[in-house]
Amino acid sequence: MTAQPKITALRPFDVETVRADFEILSREVYGKPLAYLDSAASAQKPDIVLDAMRGFATSEYANVHRGVHFLSGKATDRYEQARESVRRFVNARHVDEIVFTKGGTEGINLVSYSFLAPRLQPGDEIVLTTMEHHSNIVPWHFLRERQGAVLKWVDIADDGSLSADAVDAAIGPKTKLVALTHMSNVLGTVTPLKEIIARAHAKGVPVLADGCQGAVHELVDVADLDIDFYALTGHKLYGPSGIGALYALRAHLKAMRPFNGGGEMIREVTREAISYADPPARFEAGTPPIIEAVGLGVALDYLSSFDRTAVAAHEHDLLTYATAALRDLNWVRIIGQAPGKGTIVSFEAEGMHAHDLATILDREGVAVRAGHHCAQVLMERFDVASTTRASFALYNTRAEVDQFISALHKARKILG
Amino acid sequence: MDESLRELYQEVILDHSRHPRHFGRLESANHMGEGHNPLCGDRVKVYLKVNGEDRIADVSFEGKGCAISQASASLMTDMIKGRTVAEAEKLMDGFLHLVKGEDANGIAAEDREHLDVMAGVSAFPMRVKCATLAWHTMKSALEGGSPAKTE
Repeated sequence: MTAQPKITALRPFDVETVRADFEILSREVYGKPLAYLDSAASAQKPDIVLDAMRGFATSEYANVHRGVHFLSGKATDRYEQARESVRRFVNARHVDEIVFTKGGTEGINLVSYSFLAPRLQPGDEIVLTTMEHHSNIVPWHFLRERQGAVLKWVDIADDGSLSADAVDAAIGPKTKLVALTHMSNVLGTVTPLKEIIARAHAKGVPVLADGCQGAVHELVDVADLDIDFYALTGHKLYGPSGIGALYALRAHLKAMRPFNGGGEMIREVTREAISYADPPARFEAGTPPIIEAVGLGVALDYLSSFDRTAVAAHEHDLLTYATAALRDLNWVRIIGQAPGKGTIVSFEAEGMHAHDLATILDREGVAVRAGHHCAQVLMERFDVASTTRASFALYNTRAEVDQFISALHKARKILG
Repeated sequence: MDESLRELYQEVILDHSRHPRHFGRLESANHMGEGHNPLCGDRVKVYLKVNGEDRIADVSFEGKGCAISQASASLMTDMIKGRTVAEAEKLMDGFLHLVKGEDANGIAAEDREHLDVMAGVSAFPMRVKCATLAWHTMKSALEGGSPAKTE
């Protein structure tokens, strides 16, 4: 199936119009307006996504790829349209290079189990960075535990930036995969993916990117990147939870063993033998999250309906504004200030534990994340137990940043 | 300011967290427990010296954590020192009820006076685990079992 280019006029980006698309943003918490600065953990969903999911469920729902009846056909069409939306969003060449998953974690586990594990000899190396999320660490630890793989850690610089040279230097004759984030969920660092991929490929090594944050804020073009695997998750992309996607090169998918076994991933099952369906079905055993897939497709189309450059400019304005305000506070230390970083700011505040801080911010209506952010290797790297993280999405405003900074001052008054 | 915040971060709590009592390793300890809250990365170690009469002759803790977890640990060491193991466990039981906002009538009146500073935690369900970490760790130290976890 070749995709038709979608030609529609881009919506001009205006944050107040955007906010009206998200009903939840108008609610209050503890009698204060909500300032939701935790989209890096999970983003809010526009009404158009929620309405589409309900509309689909109330008029076109059935199981997919199974029945011959009317609704089954409708549902299958919608499910496959959603796959096409993902393809378009990451600019994959072929729609069959998109595998639906539960989320980023499942996508990476799929690559670990189906692609890398069968190719691995004891002593073979996997290159990864110290700023990975646990979802891009633990699947590789499995291979270390079970098959004797060696994890080669590439450290970041003190400002959080990652050099392609450092990654290149870690790739040796035994390296079987480079696995790294597109954008750090703690530091906001955006990695030089394209250069790293070129260097890895020059040595014949495939590359996987954890795109859970990167896909939200950067334009992803897997064809231009020439990447092997790119994992993303729906709920950070203004879509529902429980759905994500893995982009994988067609040639890789064809050579990969199945992941889960069950319905829909087989060609034929007899008492003696089985044969498997072609990708992507081979990797989508069981009834998939159908309504969620439809929601994801709509969410990606929603995001793509804007001029993404304008969205990025808005988000970066918030980051710059917040960073400047935090730098003015001599009791705050920002962790991660890599050039060109994405719209996440992590920090420590003197004399205040992140959880105490987050509790006080919460009572001021400000939602932030506090903790180790599923990145304990990185926490150890910076010798901190936890940080507080504010993240900015397309619907956030400078007024919310002001609310956040003023709540910080309150916390300082209480705890400082 | 939010009344429940004032209650949570009252002066006694902040004082305990800034100047924790019985902080540091206890060389004479014969029981040690480690507690970990994987959610926030907080860690605590509780050292106990239990004598032949099953009495907690000495106690200490060390670790890093939020004001609530540190204050709770500090307060706990103050309160269990000199008690029998059974008394300490009974106190823990009452404390757990108290911070969850449940019936804590099992706590003796004079103990209640000291523990009441932690009662504000019950208005913050997400923080109950911070308050209970040291107590679970104390119990695991007494039982000599696997490290305590709250998550």
